[in-house]
Amino acid sequence: MSRPEAAQADERTEVRARPLTGNEAIARGAWEAGVKVASAYPGTPSTEILESLAGYDAAEINAEWSTNEKVATDVAIGASFQGVRALAAMKHVGLNVAADSVMSQTYIGVNGGLVIAVCDDPGIHSSQNEQDTRLFCRLANIPVLEPADAQEALDFTRLAYELSEEFDTAVIVRATTRLSHTRSPVVIGTRTVPEDKPFIEDPNKNVTLPAVARARHPLVIEREEKLRAYFEQSPLTRWDRGDGSFGIITNGTSYPYVKEVAPGASVLKLAASYPLAEKTVREFCDSVDRVLVVEELEPFIEAAVLALGIKVEGKAFFPRVGEFSPEVVRAGLAKAGLAEAPSATHEWNVRPIMRPPVLCAGCPHTGGYMALRALDARVAGDIGCYTLAAVEPLRSIDTNVCMGASIGNAVGMAKAGTETKPIVATIGDSTFLHSGIPPLIDAVYSNVDITVLILDNKITAMTGGQDHPGTGRNLRGEEAHQVDFEQICQAVGVKWLRKVDSYDLGGLYQTMREAAQYKGVAVVISDRPCVLDPVKIRGPALTVQAAGCVACQACMNLGCPAITWSEGMYDGHHKVKIDEVACIGCTLCAQVCPSDCIQPVEQ
Amino acid sequence: MSDGRTNCTNVMVVGIGGQGVMTAAEALAQAALAAGHDAKKTEVAGMAQRGGVVASHVRFGRRVLSPAIPAGETDLLLAFEPAEGLRWCGQLRPGGLAIVNTRPVVPPVVSAGIHAYPEDPIAQIRAVVARLHAIDAVAIAEGLGNGRLANSVMLGAFAPHLPFDPGLLAAAMAERFRHRRPDLADLNAAAFQAGREAVAELGADAA
Repeated sequence: MSRPEAAQADERTEVRARPLTGNEAIARGAWEAGVKVASAYPGTPSTEILESLAGYDAAEINAEWSTNEKVATDVAIGASFQGVRALAAMKHVGLNVAADSVMSQTYIGVNGGLVIAVCDDPGIHSSQNEQDTRLFCRLANIPVLEPADAQEALDFTRLAYELSEEFDTAVIVRATTRLSHTRSPVVIGTRTVPEDKPFIEDPNKNVTLPAVARARHPLVIEREEKLRAYFEQSPLTRWDRGDGSFGIITNGTSYPYVKEVAPGASVLKLAASYPLAEKTVREFCDSVDRVLVVEELEPFIEAAVLALGIKVEGKAFFPRVGEFSPEVVRAGLAKAGLAEAPSATHEWNVRPIMRPPVLCAGCPHTGGYMALRALDARVAGDIGCYTLAAVEPLRSIDTNVCMGASIGNAVGMAKAGTETKPIVATIGDSTFLHSGIPPLIDAVYSNVDITVLILDNKITAMTGGQDHPGTGRNLRGEEAHQVDFEQICQAVGVKWLRKVDSYDLGGLYQTMREAAQYKGVAVVISDRPCVLDPVKIRGPALTVQAAGCVACQACMNLGCPAITWSEGMYDGHHKVKIDEVACIGCTLCAQVCPSDCIQPVEQ
Repeated sequence: MSDGRTNCTNVMVVGIGGQGVMTAAEALAQAALAAGHDAKKTEVAGMAQRGGVVASHVRFGRRVLSPAIPAGETDLLLAFEPAEGLRWCGQLRPGGLAIVNTRPVVPPVVSAGIHAYPEDPIAQIRAVVARLHAIDAVAIAEGLGNGRLANSVMLGAFAPHLPFDPGLLAAAMAERFRHRRPDLADLNAAAFQAGREAVAELGADAA
């Protein structure tokens, strides 16, 4: 099997190329393919795909945040209906939100090419699970392209639009954190925009009535076989001939690890785990004495090959959890008896320091969780920076499931009827708009006794500061309509509603107490911008007047990274000091100080 | 042969969210590309939140395969904080070099008495690694008038140990400052130079 494209790829590293991250390369590939509409909800590790597209001319591409991944997908599907190429981007768990659209769109197919870029997070660097998107692809009968590096991310994304239109299907381009966030040189191309196509007026394709869906399902099955045949012939399917004693079938970001650890091995690199190029796999397996499958997360390829009646081994040697690395692959090969065991480097038994991520100095979330801790509430949490309030020292969140779950969870806690503490849901502004409104309606409809604390810091903070409909700005930083949270709450029937300054600790304590006593759904909005985005807030800083400090360390309970021990002692305990560079002057520490010794720095 | 293990230089840049670890790693990767190498840069820790552990891997050479450095194959470790240097120094290959900023950053969980800060991390690193440069980069940067330029000092200390023209790293940093903080460009250059001088005083193979 000759692979001219592979040789070309090797030569590419010789030329001066532009260093792009995997996400930037996916964006570039979409732009080069002539995409005119792109939409996403931010989510690590996928966020930079849309941010990068915002760097291209607005006249060429409409790139915009959507309120959630389902909406983003529906927007892209709508553009595809109109005959233009479209992209939706999301993290792996975002595909769960978008799944309803994806599972039915697959029966319809496309007019303009449709690509969904999905970034998995093996190793759970910044997610709540490590689900494998390939399983979704098979469930939806949508082909999955799995680039191994940034160059392939660009090339595969560009090609995905051709496949989408040729085979009348959406295509998922699957990245992982390692690909999305690795920067490497990429040879770029130019933008080619296909001619606009008219809307296809065909209810027998575009309207998923039961009769239509029944007629189209067989076409989806046929499409699967056509795609399988394509991947048998595709130059993307790469066969590196080597040692015949064993062969490795691998995919995506596992490929460079395999090449690094076993440079002489026979390797079949699948560009698509689904649909599986069965003939090629069979031919490869026949060419070697023993076959291993090296794939991150689920035994997806392994199960499919085993189902063909071919003996392969995979998860017996390589873990089903966590992220791969050269040493994980080396250890697996060693376990299989195909490599030397990794050499122990150093005698190494140091216990590293615990350094969990923290809320920033002056974070407007801190005060609300201080109040909830004082209230001794049962708190359903949600996804955002504030999930860190689940651990010491704030330790006031009891549960956290997924985006938008807090309010529905609180409703269920109340309905269970067993809780003696006040029940509170806490949710950020962006998460509330993403999926917090339907459960708030549900709460009012159910007339349960819960409090909803909306932590409005006016940005999507955890993913690095993205705008949303509550900020009044769009992806390109232009002015947009600003959603009014109070109006939303009132419109769905919330009768008890207060807005509190996030830096007014007394006000927060008092308001949360009153809210907890209210019979029905109470909503408290805590109101202060994030200290990092959209502008970095600085000082005037506070300082500790050491003479007055009685080392009670009440301020330490805030978990503020600007507050540390000083060398000064009082009654055998360390007094505290404030890092004046880090302090932004939120004054929470001064508000909890019983000896009134925390004061503004003299200007 | 394209065996990444033998042809790549492997650099780890480590520290804490907000210290400029990723920026320093970006500049290094950019300099390596300018020197005509293939290069990959990735983060193995600290991708989303502040105050936590950050570790960047930069690999460069004729052809880079895995973006992540295999365990125990790091040639150069640049640590912006001593306890972080201690966390990662086991990743150095035998004979590898560590350059460590001696100024501790104490996390709130230590301040609150929940966890302990390691005792004399520099001495512990010295016991493990073959070659160590320990410098108080913050003090040097403060001496120049801005403690936040400690990462420029660290890169300056690091530059002479690269297998290519140190000026390319200085240029990559300068370009970043020109775009983002033009007011600090001159000070950055001075900090970079001060870092170079600091390690020159220690001698090339200080232990």
